Amino acid sequence: MADRNTPLLEMRNIKKDFFGNQVLSDINLTLSEGEVLGLCGENGAGKSTLMKILFGMDVIRETGGYEGDVLLNGEKVQFSTPFDALAAGIGMVHQEFSLIPGFTATENILLNREPKKRNIISEIFGDRLDTLDYNEMTGRAERAIGKMGFSIDKDMVISEMPVGHKQFTEIARELSKDSLKLLILDEPTAVLTEKEAEALLDSIRAMSKQGIAVIFITHRLHEILSVCDKVVVMRDGFVVSDVPAAETTVNEISKKMVGRSVETAAKADIRDMSGARTVMSIRRLWVDMPGETVRDVSLDIKEGEILGIGGLAGQGKLGIPNGIMGLYEAGGTVEFDGKQIPLNSPRRCLDASLAFVSEDRRGVGLLLDETLEWNVAFPAMQVQDKFLKSYLGGLIKWRDEKAIRDVTERYIDELQIKCTGSKQKAKELSGGNQQKVCLAKAFALEPKFLFVSEPTRGIDVGAKALVLEALRRFNRDSGVTVVMISSELEELRSICDRIAIVSGGRIAGILPASDPSEDFGMLMVSMVK
Amino acid sequence: MKKENKLLSFLRDNTVPIMFVVICAVCIPISGFSASYLMNEIVTRMGRNIFLILALLIPIMSGMGLNFGMTLGAMAGEIALIFVSDWQIWGIPGVVLAMILSIPISVLLGAFCGKILNMAKGREMITSYIISFFMNGIYQLIVLYMMGSIIPIKHFSVKLPRGYGIRNTVSLLNMRQCLDNLLAVRVAGVKIPVLTFLIIALLCLFIVWFRKTKLGQDMRAVGQDMNVARDAGINVERTRIISIVMSTVLAGFGMVIYLQNMGNIATYSSHSQIGMFCIAALLVGGASVDKASIGNVFLGVILFHTMFIVAPKAGAQITGDSMIGEYFRVFVSYAVITLALIMYETKKRKRKSLVAQQLQQEQEEASGT
Repeated sequence: MADRNTPLLEMRNIKKDFFGNQVLSDINLTLSEGEVLGLCGENGAGKSTLMKILFGMDVIRETGGYEGDVLLNGEKVQFSTPFDALAAGIGMVHQEFSLIPGFTATENILLNREPKKRNIISEIFGDRLDTLDYNEMTGRAERAIGKMGFSIDKDMVISEMPVGHKQFTEIARELSKDSLKLLILDEPTAVLTEKEAEALLDSIRAMSKQGIAVIFITHRLHEILSVCDKVVVMRDGFVVSDVPAAETTVNEISKKMVGRSVETAAKADIRDMSGARTVMSIRRLWVDMPGETVRDVSLDIKEGEILGIGGLAGQGKLGIPNGIMGLYEAGGTVEFDGKQIPLNSPRRCLDASLAFVSEDRRGVGLLLDETLEWNVAFPAMQVQDKFLKSYLGGLIKWRDEKAIRDVTERYIDELQIKCTGSKQKAKELSGGNQQKVCLAKAFALEPKFLFVSEPTRGIDVGAKALVLEALRRFNRDSGVTVVMISSELEELRSICDRIAIVSGGRIAGILPASDPSEDFGMLMVSMVK
Repeated sequence: MKKENKLLSFLRDNTVPIMFVVICAVCIPISGFSASYLMNEIVTRMGRNIFLILALLIPIMSGMGLNFGMTLGAMAGEIALIFVSDWQIWGIPGVVLAMILSIPISVLLGAFCGKILNMAKGREMITSYIISFFMNGIYQLIVLYMMGSIIPIKHFSVKLPRGYGIRNTVSLLNMRQCLDNLLAVRVAGVKIPVLTFLIIALLCLFIVWFRKTKLGQDMRAVGQDMNVARDAGINVERTRIISIVMSTVLAGFGMVIYLQNMGNIATYSSHSQIGMFCIAALLVGGASVDKASIGNVFLGVILFHTMFIVAPKAGAQITGDSMIGEYFRVFVSYAVITLALIMYETKKRKRKSLVAQQLQQEQEEASGT
């Protein structure tokens, strides 16, 4: 630890916007050699964007770069690719694994950095025909694993490894780079068992002793407190707190993570619907949705209410509607209106008057190349034989173009969809207006029960308000039960009656929307795994 | 119980080869061929075909699937042989010269094919199939109209009487089986083309060695996950192009070996079915879209060609019509490819639902305790 005065890393006044949408404002960070910095914040707080800037990811450059300076050892640096960052000694372990499934741990640790031996053929045809030096590879892999302080089988093929070991393989890969000075760990413990997570914390301590600085991003706050030297909390693109770990508590951090001006979200008409009939009861639901696994969820939904489902990304809140509606493989029982709904069968769900507005607008939600009319009327036409004229006793069915146009125009009016007319193609609309078309599509089904998943993701503030208002009206006027899934707690609090928080694939708790946001924050991180 | 499962999964994983073993086992006695005749035929066909099929292994390794682009290499080999026979260079020198001549043509065609396949990632099989049709058109343009008029072709035995274009059949009588006959030995009445087998062994050794090179490692990485490979700094596009070029060049050599064994070039049709038959043979040997070994190649050639030899005779014995065999051979090739593709997809899907089962089990276990 040579010069304590020049920090290893310094970020000064970092600003970043995505097409006018400010996601980072005036971020200042410093990090010394061997220091462990814990970074936390809700989804969308700007953690990932900040790390992407530091790591020189393409997406930053493609969206117009960033403002401010990144200093490494007191010198200003600007990485144009992740490879520059790697060369400068910055390593990153991403949330998604970046491993070759059929390779052994050793092969993955040294991927594209394999030690080589020259031979006659490579003298002629170039060094790509050098043979690999397997002995040297084994040696280097062993050393990297030793440095990590957690033992994994270096000869095991990745696809046969437990998830935790994959994570350690990734870390060992970064450690095998001799120039490594700073390691970014993006939610590394998310997939680990408790014991493995403990081992990871130990290996972070070991790295720090060897002079490697670590930026540790996690939702498990107690981990941050146990291993980090200082804690930085981000919210809405600002650093809201930067304190030594010894001087803060889990409570304080979680409060800072969610606690924006709580008063703004106060809402007049929260209803207590606990007396109403249970319209849907979910028992022991599991859903295999990659990245959003749901485990053993039981939930009762009351008739006519708006129920919010919130939680951090990857904790399983999206899996619940997708599993019930049959888009991903699921098990357990779901009863609707006294009748059991068969899982894994989207059509049966729709027949039972359930509707779903998917978070995957472009993939699942819309027929991008078709007109608005088609988009609005298509499911109703397919599922309920609406907007059809039938001849010869139903033998021939013809589209009722006029009815389709009327209903589309009605929704264009009601939802204020900005378009050139009902014949415009869905892909030509902006994100917010596409979302409104998705809603119109669901409304046209006239369902008794509506799942809305991330209805405001990626749309601007004005459109957001409109979409939420439309949902509320739909609920109030038609008495439809609405379940809304969103990562934005404040949005849920502004429209829902009750909010269930999903954490670690399970329901962590259900609270009335009027409860303070700190309570929700505590639930969000309670069972994170 | 456990043993039974193992047996079942072995059966399931090797459905296609087992099917062929059964077909052959039924057809051989019906056909009434003698053992030495059968052995002779199979050994000849092994020498003829294995090199071509080995050319398919490299694109599979780099994740480009069963690559019909080898047809392009076959065309390059044919063009080279046409030149060589026009220049009347026969015997071993002719074969070697044809192989050398085919290299630049193969590289050019392979690079072109690789470039296009890079634009159609994930759809390599169908794209390469269509490219081979397109290239067939260009091949015909060159051979039928440009050779003799623009490209100098002199010899009357090669040229059409009208003055330009190549004859339907170009005889390679003077180099027929010259590789196979050199160093050939007879064992119990079976002629073994030792030199050809030596060349094949050399290629096998090359492939085994190649897997251990940096380039081979990169190809395997690219084949398993392009994005991860790219993140690690491997030039994915270039690696894929190299893999196709290598395959095309090897296919060009393979075609020269194939045609010297046959003893003539069917100028306009030799290459057209070769890709399909090679792929079918490889699949019969138990390979799949993303996994193939040298063992699959040998097993495939033996089973596929045994069926080819015995099926027409067996068909004739049963129905009295010898055409049934020819029909059978085309039908079976397509059927095998289709079956292998379907099995590949089902296996992939099964692997996916395995995760769900695990999840359910976990939950049940948790509630049990």
